[in-house]
Amino acid sequence: MSNPQEFDVTFPSDTAQGREVQERIVCMMEEQGFAPRDVFGVRLALEEALVNAIKHGNKMDPTKNVRVRWRLDSEHIHVSVEDEGPGFDVSQVPDPTEEENIDKPGGRGIMLMRAFMSLVEYNETGNRLTIEKRKDAEEN
Amino acid sequence: MSAGHRRLDIEEVGDITVAKFVDKKILDEGNIQIIGNQLFSLVEEEARQKIILDFSNVEYLSSAALGKLITMDKKVKAAKGKLRLCSVRPDIYEVFAITKLNKLFDMRENKEKALEGM
Repeated sequence: MSNPQEFDVTFPSDTAQGREVQERIVCMMEEQGFAPRDVFGVRLALEEALVNAIKHGNKMDPTKNVRVRWRLDSEHIHVSVEDEGPGFDVSQVPDPTEEENIDKPGGRGIMLMRAFMSLVEYNETGNRLTIEKRKDAEEN
Repeated sequence: MSAGHRRLDIEEVGDITVAKFVDKKILDEGNIQIIGNQLFSLVEEEARQKIILDFSNVEYLSSAALGKLITMDKKVKAAKGKLRLCSVRPDIYEVFAITKLNKLFDMRENKEKALEGM
């Protein structure tokens, strides 16, 4: 296993800058030889996490920042995404697969993160998300 | 990007409209908004009844894009039309399966199969 590389990036609420960080992380995973399916899942999870942080957490307020920290080695990637919003209670997000919620916008992003990642965890306040993907991990 | 910039390639096969997504990644919010508007205008302005959405170019999409597809499905149903999705690659199909949207949408393997019996 290679020595882990650690990164810490803070940027204002702007989805274009969020996507740059996303690209950086994805490129590093490719360099470390992660399988395309793992890269796909992490890209998707990062997209959902960053959009949630910028749009729902910081409410697009350019004076508020998003902090992304990640640690990567040849076996696993660990990312935390923190916004400056008030947080939310993840248990209150409706199940988007229930009949009455099928046409509501919320919940699908979190559900996709859970399906594709090895770990998805919110801090108590709900303004910091941690996701982790282990290479070749058995799904669920 | 101008709102007039087409994000869908439109092909007509008899009375069926095949709308193929141009983008590889349907992620950016502005882009999703434009794609949504172009999809909805097929039903609302152009009154097309039979629509196939061709995903052959699409490598990534986010939950925000799924939201637009769900709205599109509702609009087509309200207009008593038919909507099918085709050529969805396995990674993307998984996104539909996880969110159980593979049960909501009529998904076919490729364009030819989507055209059959439409």
